[in-house]
Amino acid sequence: MSKIEQVKPQMPWLPTRKEKSQKLLSFILSVAASIILLFVTGLNGKLGWVIAFFISYVSISFITEFRRAGVPAAQDSLLTSVSRFAIFLAIIPIVSILSTVISKGWRGLHWGLFTQDMSQATVNDPIQNGGMQAAILGTLLMVGLALLFTLPISILTALYLTEIRGKLAGIVRFLVQAMSGVPSIVAGLFILSSIVYPITQSFSGLMGALALSILMIPTVARTAEEVLLLIPNDLREAGLALGATQWRTVAMVVVPAVKSGLVTAIILGVARIIGETAPLILVTGGGDATNLNPVSGPMGSIPFYVWKAFLLGGSEESSQRTWAGILVLLIWVLFLFIAARLISSRTRKG
Amino acid sequence: MREFSMSSPSVHLVASLTLRTSDKIPRVSNTITPVPRELVTKPRRSDQFFRVIVTSGGLSSLMILGLILAFLAYRGFEVFRLEGFDLITSSDWSVVEDENGSVVEQNYGLAAMLVGTALSATIGVIIGVPIAVLSALFLEFYAGRKIRNILIALIDMMAAFPSLLFGLWGFLVLMPSAEYWAKLLNKYLGWIPIFDVPAPVFTRSPFIAGVVLAIMIIPICTSISREVFSQTPLDRIQAAYALGATRQAMIRAVVIPFGRGGVIGGAMLGLGRAMGETVAVYSVLNIVYQVNWQVLFGAGGNIASMILLKIGEADREETNALMAAGLVLFLLTLIINFIANFLVNSLGKTGR
Repeated sequence: MSKIEQVKPQMPWLPTRKEKSQKLLSFILSVAASIILLFVTGLNGKLGWVIAFFISYVSISFITEFRRAGVPAAQDSLLTSVSRFAIFLAIIPIVSILSTVISKGWRGLHWGLFTQDMSQATVNDPIQNGGMQAAILGTLLMVGLALLFTLPISILTALYLTEIRGKLAGIVRFLVQAMSGVPSIVAGLFILSSIVYPITQSFSGLMGALALSILMIPTVARTAEEVLLLIPNDLREAGLALGATQWRTVAMVVVPAVKSGLVTAIILGVARIIGETAPLILVTGGGDATNLNPVSGPMGSIPFYVWKAFLLGGSEESSQRTWAGILVLLIWVLFLFIAARLISSRTRKG
Repeated sequence: MREFSMSSPSVHLVASLTLRTSDKIPRVSNTITPVPRELVTKPRRSDQFFRVIVTSGGLSSLMILGLILAFLAYRGFEVFRLEGFDLITSSDWSVVEDENGSVVEQNYGLAAMLVGTALSATIGVIIGVPIAVLSALFLEFYAGRKIRNILIALIDMMAAFPSLLFGLWGFLVLMPSAEYWAKLLNKYLGWIPIFDVPAPVFTRSPFIAGVVLAIMIIPICTSISREVFSQTPLDRIQAAYALGATRQAMIRAVVIPFGRGGVIGGAMLGLGRAMGETVAVYSVLNIVYQVNWQVLFGAGGNIASMILLKIGEADREETNALMAAGLVLFLLTLIINFIANFLVNSLGKTGR
């Protein structure tokens, strides 16, 4: 009986110590080279250093890999470093936007924002005067109304695409996709030309809600279609086999099964429209006073509040107003986004 | 020649069965050949009602797009008749009034803004799409699982940012550093006509608007490219590795040929988004009504931001002209979106 020797498993794919030290060396070398580049050329600033570092890192790793294993390895390292740099560039703006908004916005926050409106104040007044009450209520009201218009249309569209699958399903799917690319200002112009000029001849919150729902329908319809497609056909067939009609199957089996998916669709749609500015500038009139009647009188909204403070201002106070407004908007968007992710991840697990 | 449709497979199946049995029966002159029974599925009344409602709801997107087209065309009709092709080819937008305020002369030509739209959107695509595609490659083939999930969440979050936010950020944070890069570009590449400037004004230029648009389209392009790349058949990837390919060689030989159409479609979706952008462009671009090809010079515009600028003080005629401009923009983005969606949807027919 020979004793079985315990063999330590080899992992030839892991980098050896030599390779690790080579990588570290090339990293240090490229930092040094980038600093030299900064002195030699006209580049400066943080972004300039990033570019210099990128150039030196790519070329140094290219050369070392070429010397180690020839052309294919060098090409491989080129793509690796370039794609790393690309994702770095893509992330920079997100971090920059978040940090700018938070650092500039929190100073403008105060409780009066939620209890006062701008009817007694101008954008250049001290920040304690006036607030966003009109804007917040207006946005809530318009988004709610838009949801009311959007929900039946987009759920019916999704049901048409997944349950009925009629002859026009392909065309409808194509058009819904195309509709999600309609520029927001065109939605505003459409409401202006079809309702505001010929019929009501005045701006109101209802018009804003209509314009927003044009932008919201494709988002909700596409997401709803996606979740409806995830429902296994067995469920539908089981419903039909029990003798239910198609509409009872849809109403009692299919739709309850995708309830949380539909909630996700709604949240994504709201997140899509909550920051829309251009159509609201065109059709709501943007009131400063709190107005809870959507059919008459101009109605404020958070994007309009921010836009007005940005355009008319120029003082320290107006800039604080702008950023506080955008911070409130961003908090809403992030809240909606996180809610949508949580709900959809929970359904995927279940 | 049987065709299976998704709606009623069972009917076709039964029909084909009856056909086959009737073929087997020997045709003797005085026996009666059984006539194939016809199967009819007639939905009940409640289902008919249900189908009508859902179908009419489903066709509403068709109706909305049609209505947008109809109303903008109706409003802009006068202007189309007045200007004809000059609406697209001329770059003179002016309304001349006499002392009484009545209009003496009016010209509505969109060429300058069309050039501006194309210019800023193209810059956005040229800068944004390579970054987006490479990021998608990184996320799909290089990143570890944890980092990948975090980065994807961040990029999806960026897609939810409102355009107003990008505009303000671009104005306040991006503008100073982009101005510096514009000066650098002009210094070293100024001999190329488009990087030349007539006067040293580098703020609020189409270049800066293009950078903001690039940042705005990166999330959508990244997520579409990532989705396309993730559909690459695993067996082809493994086959490439088994043949000894490096990761780069595998991507070049398998992933890129497979996903090319989808990536181009994603880029075009980004282009359409960039062309219709209003508020972000308005806040970073100095809107001047002139044809400007020099990307670093601080003058330009696009159709959407021009509409926003002019609609506040436009009289009836000019408003109609703006509606016509909106129609042109609508058609432009619609066509680009059609092509883009076609390319994204018809994926997987190419590649080795």
